[in-house]
Amino acid sequence: MSGARQVLAGQWHPPGYRHVHGPDLMLAIAFVAPYAALFVAFVLYPTGYALRMGSKLSLYTDLITDPHYLPSVLNTALFVGVGVNVKMFLALLVSGFFMRPRWWIRALLVVYVLPWTLPAIQAAISFRWMLSGDESGLVNRLLSLLLGIEGPIWFNHWGLALGSNIVFYVWKWMPFWTVIFLAGRMAIPRDVSDAATVDGATGVSRFVHVTFPLLANLYLVCTLLSIAWTMGEFTTVYFVSGGAPVWSTDVLTTLGFRYAFDAANPSLAVAAVMSVLPVLVPVMVVLLRRLETRTLQL
Amino acid sequence: MSGVIASVLRPSRRVRLRRLVTEAAAVMLGILLLIWSVAPIYNMLLIALDPEEGEVEFSGNIWPPEPSLESFRVVLMQDARYLEHFWRQLGNSVYIGLMTMVLTVLVASLASFAVSRMPLKHGSLLANASLLTYTIPASFLIVPLYRIVHAYGLFNDPWAVIAVQVAFAAPFGILILRQYARLIPVELDDAARVDGASSIQVYWRVHLPLTAPALGAIAIYALVLAWNDYLYQFVLLSSEKHMTLAVMQAQLFDDADPPWNAMMAAAVIYSLPPVAMFLALRRRISAALTIRGSGG
Repeated sequence: MSGARQVLAGQWHPPGYRHVHGPDLMLAIAFVAPYAALFVAFVLYPTGYALRMGSKLSLYTDLITDPHYLPSVLNTALFVGVGVNVKMFLALLVSGFFMRPRWWIRALLVVYVLPWTLPAIQAAISFRWMLSGDESGLVNRLLSLLLGIEGPIWFNHWGLALGSNIVFYVWKWMPFWTVIFLAGRMAIPRDVSDAATVDGATGVSRFVHVTFPLLANLYLVCTLLSIAWTMGEFTTVYFVSGGAPVWSTDVLTTLGFRYAFDAANPSLAVAAVMSVLPVLVPVMVVLLRRLETRTLQL
Repeated sequence: MSGVIASVLRPSRRVRLRRLVTEAAAVMLGILLLIWSVAPIYNMLLIALDPEEGEVEFSGNIWPPEPSLESFRVVLMQDARYLEHFWRQLGNSVYIGLMTMVLTVLVASLASFAVSRMPLKHGSLLANASLLTYTIPASFLIVPLYRIVHAYGLFNDPWAVIAVQVAFAAPFGILILRQYARLIPVELDDAARVDGASSIQVYWRVHLPLTAPALGAIAIYALVLAWNDYLYQFVLLSSEKHMTLAVMQAQLFDDADPPWNAMMAAAVIYSLPPVAMFLALRRRISAALTIRGSGG
């Protein structure tokens, strides 16, 4: 009974914590070996390869002078900064909604999770068509039917196209994090929330003083992990706006792809994506520290 | 005296009104979430159910004028442009998806067992190192991997895609499993060992069944990862024979006049496996979540 709470507080180690010897050691090594081999062959070696490819300084002067590079840095910052934070915060709020014990809310959760299980490309194509054309896409059609206004040509405008990418990204990935936060909320011991209710904490004050502090570490870890994942998001930008209008909404991943496969300049492609490392490395350092010092409650 | 208690117990009018407002707000939010979640799915079906090419998406109907399953028939009979090899392409996607799923679960579960239940000297260091994978997103490594896979002799081989997917899905699996395994008392392992179970038996008989809900979550995660992939399937598999459905569908973008409704019907069919899998495993996962909730 107190075990779970110790886990939550992060002070718990399995009793009988010990090191293994002899045949068990060989077995432990055998158990870790498949993953270790994959890690070395498909993560470590490619990373080293990329660092070597991107180590020539002249590549970075080429990058700065390329007219598409700096706008892509800005797009990446906006896409990740706005996308991740909006997604995480909404996911945290919505997970509270799904805690309500109603049959229809439980049924709704299944529908709500569908976007996550749906394949990204097909969903992105559908989303793109919803916004396409002057009056032919579903969104513009509804705008004119319900509000009588003429919808914009979404992908002719930098801000609208970037916004469309972000909205699709939030749509696709919010359910995943909502489920993680839902699990986190369920791990809050019943007596804690009961005590808060007895003390009269409701609504906003309960969220601010009880729920959020208990979920803060989980929220931070998830946000950091999501930042790392979103930096590499390719499908959304490549298939929703496709960089339109003319490469102006490209993020670094899609720009790198164009450098490598359209412009046949793989070194420049590697340099473009590697230039994010000064941001990603600190993010991962903080993430690992957090995981080390505290137990993440899922 | 009893009147006082009764009036305390009976919710006052204000409380009841407040409950009503909360309930109404919840219903509103529910409707909003429903529309938000299904809109692109509805749009997919709208186009797929249209029998004539180009009717819905260019005339701006919000309801198919003559809904029909014709385009699904076209897909299943491989009777439209791009869709001549639909079944083979779907088969390729299923192969990559299933292998990624099974191997991610297996590799992550073995590694996390070794790290959390047979503590190696530097076990947790090893597990944390696996998370370093996410310092550089998979899509950033496409150029080096393209070359390295050539050097490994795995170019144009589905196993290259599977290996990359597993390598990038496993760290998340290890993270989840390590957290989850902490909730399983080590006494269970010890009891099994006292009864003469070897470490392999402890893994197989104790650890695997007890972590099953987490394994289910990881399985779905890995399947969705592989199912969502376009970049690696496009770059590492160049031949017609190994082309996956995701890569085929992406060709839409190079075509001014593709068979829209058939392509959307194919998209709907492609969407079904992970959805079905999620629905099948949902119980297991939510059971896992509630067990953890009540353990306070």
